[in-house]
Amino acid sequence: MSYLSLSAARVAASLAMGALLGAAPALAETSIIIGLQQEPTSLDPTADATASIDGMLETNVYESLTTVDESGEVLPALAKSWEISEDGLTYTFKLEEGVTYHDGTTFDSADVVYAFTRAMAEGSTNPSKGIFKPIASVTAVDPSTVEIKLTEKDAFFLFNLAQGDAAIVAEESADANNTTPIGTGPFKFDSWTRGDKLVLVKNPDWRDAADVSLDKVTFRFIADAAAASAAMMAEEVDAFPGFPAPELMPQFEADPRFKTEIGSTEGEVILAMNNSKPPFNDLKVRQAVSYAINRDEIIDGAMYGMAVPIGSFYPPHGPAYEDLTGTYPHDTAKAKELFTEAGVEGTTMTLRVPPFPYAMRSAEIIQAELSAAGIDAKVENVEWGFWLEEVYKKKNYDMTIIAHTSPNDMGNFAKGPDYFYGYDNPEFTALWDSIRTESDPEKRNALLKQGQEELAQQAVHGFLFQLPRLSVIKANIDGFWTSSPVLYQPLAGVTVN
Amino acid sequence: MKTRLPVNFLIGAVLVALVLGAAALSLVWTPHDFAQMNIKAKFGPASSTYWLGTDQLGRDVVSQLMAAARNSMTVALAAVLIGGSIGTALGLLASAIGGWVEDLVMRIADIGFAFPALLFAIMLAAVFGPSLTNAVLAISFINIPVFARVARASANQVWTREYVAAAQAAGLNRAVISWDHILPNIGAAIIVQATIEFAVAILAEAALSYLGLGAQPPAPSWGRMLSEAQTLMYLAPQLAIYPGLCIVAAVLGFGLLGDGLRDITDPRLSRER
Repeated sequence: MSYLSLSAARVAASLAMGALLGAAPALAETSIIIGLQQEPTSLDPTADATASIDGMLETNVYESLTTVDESGEVLPALAKSWEISEDGLTYTFKLEEGVTYHDGTTFDSADVVYAFTRAMAEGSTNPSKGIFKPIASVTAVDPSTVEIKLTEKDAFFLFNLAQGDAAIVAEESADANNTTPIGTGPFKFDSWTRGDKLVLVKNPDWRDAADVSLDKVTFRFIADAAAASAAMMAEEVDAFPGFPAPELMPQFEADPRFKTEIGSTEGEVILAMNNSKPPFNDLKVRQAVSYAINRDEIIDGAMYGMAVPIGSFYPPHGPAYEDLTGTYPHDTAKAKELFTEAGVEGTTMTLRVPPFPYAMRSAEIIQAELSAAGIDAKVENVEWGFWLEEVYKKKNYDMTIIAHTSPNDMGNFAKGPDYFYGYDNPEFTALWDSIRTESDPEKRNALLKQGQEELAQQAVHGFLFQLPRLSVIKANIDGFWTSSPVLYQPLAGVTVN
Repeated sequence: MKTRLPVNFLIGAVLVALVLGAAALSLVWTPHDFAQMNIKAKFGPASSTYWLGTDQLGRDVVSQLMAAARNSMTVALAAVLIGGSIGTALGLLASAIGGWVEDLVMRIADIGFAFPALLFAIMLAAVFGPSLTNAVLAISFINIPVFARVARASANQVWTREYVAAAQAAGLNRAVISWDHILPNIGAAIIVQATIEFAVAILAEAALSYLGLGAQPPAPSWGRMLSEAQTLMYLAPQLAIYPGLCIVAAVLGFGLLGDGLRDITDPRLSRER
């Protein structure tokens, strides 16, 4: 509160000064507070899979060689240009010169080599090692040129490089990025108060700093839907991209203080099943679960109709999308029959749910649907840290509900039995390799469709809906993306009028 | 001399009878299956089918409230029984032995008083996962020092009576005296305290469920109904009002009943009337 009244005082002072000095530029510090549902446990996007790390820091604090715009088109970032050899196996990047990290160290080709070597190393904890899989070598040709050689063509390579997983971190600071992130971006990390907020301040030395209008950005962590809407109503936060309470969107829409937007994300919300563990290693059981769930009911009840159903693991706005929601249409009787055939009718299964409203609300409905099909699902609402540790890392779960918001993440199913899906299908891995290496978009889309069909047929998970991106933003703030093709939200272009 | 029953006792008894009646009835009958969703019919208005309408998932609100009453009463009863038994036993023990044992028990009770119940419940939930059992344990725990104090204070008075001295002279040991003579004579105080603690336990259960640490879905709970209705205040305020009223009725009912019982059983107070 004190912070708010302070900034109000500043605004008032600057208005007064503006009136005195006529057209003098505003001296007020421009700052915004952004509400965020998910607080990460680490601030290093190259070491942890939590989406909000990228959401807050990628392109803002950390930068990668490339970046993408709202439409998903790849743009230059730390690499100002690049050339691709005829055979598509050698990428030569020309780097921005005169760039320094926030701790004062200089950025050059050695940092790029370091960052890639670190991510590709044997014991690396990078959450998307698949990005680096095709890389044969990374060489610093001179301080401003890097050459990357691939072992095979990779259609997603430049796009993948734009992700936080491929952020160019410096050797001097990489180990401390967990708590004090150091990058080259338009904003510097200021402070992180766990359980409360994370503050970024403008980096005046950034190459396009003149175009950045925000001086200070505060992310406030508000997990609870009711608290989020209260904070928004009271204008304690200025923007909430990823607003957790769809039922309140009409109310904010009607309020002239705010604007609302319903966009899409790359997030596939799935009822994940532990494929490596009985009973979910049995296709019949997975099919039965797929028959038991009623997407329309879940979307209506949990998302108030603001989501698009999916029948496989690919977002509906993508070019290769195929509607497979009819593969296992909702049929409780059929589900019951299959559960009985598989000999699991009447057993108890645990559904471990992370603390996100879309997941908790879906869980309640899915529990009722499974119960109608003769399965007693025990819902356990768990904290995010617990979820990451027990479900994601230790694969200690039967079922869970989670949104996979990374782009091009069908490759998750090619990660083998060590990934938390426990899905081991060499044929699919081979298919994914051919998708990655196919450079003709038409052919690639055909293969992607094949992949979707395979995953739908195998009923690997219960495929629920595409996570919408609901935003509530104060009417005087511009520059937030409506939809997001990646995990992040660049703040360099956000303005307060 | 025959006196009229105090007003607070009457009002309390009526409210408690209503709540307990609804809870008992829900064991054998509710208008609908409380867990039955009908999402197409969500936020339904009150009607002859759904007496108080339907909630955000199209479940019958009356059935939910009734089943929640049952959960709430079960938790409160279990917590007061467990906490009350342990607390009373400790109080009797302290009073019977006296000396450093009495000091020790009472200091432990002080520590128990200082320990916030919610914190304890959150701790239990963190270690064992949130569940109704852990909610019962947490609420029982906060009841122990309350009963220990009441039992000890009342027992200390009884120990000074002539019939107790007579029993001692007859050679009965302290355990037998505590059971045969002290306990029956502090019974009224314990029952009054239990009634009041029942109200506290209902409130605690609602608070824990509100925070997601009590009854887990699909088991209905007033506290969770309240927390789920929070973002729906503009769409369907009745979904917050009904469980709120139920909590008020139950807590007020047991509170008044406890007060009334005390008025009846306390001879000083009844003479003044």
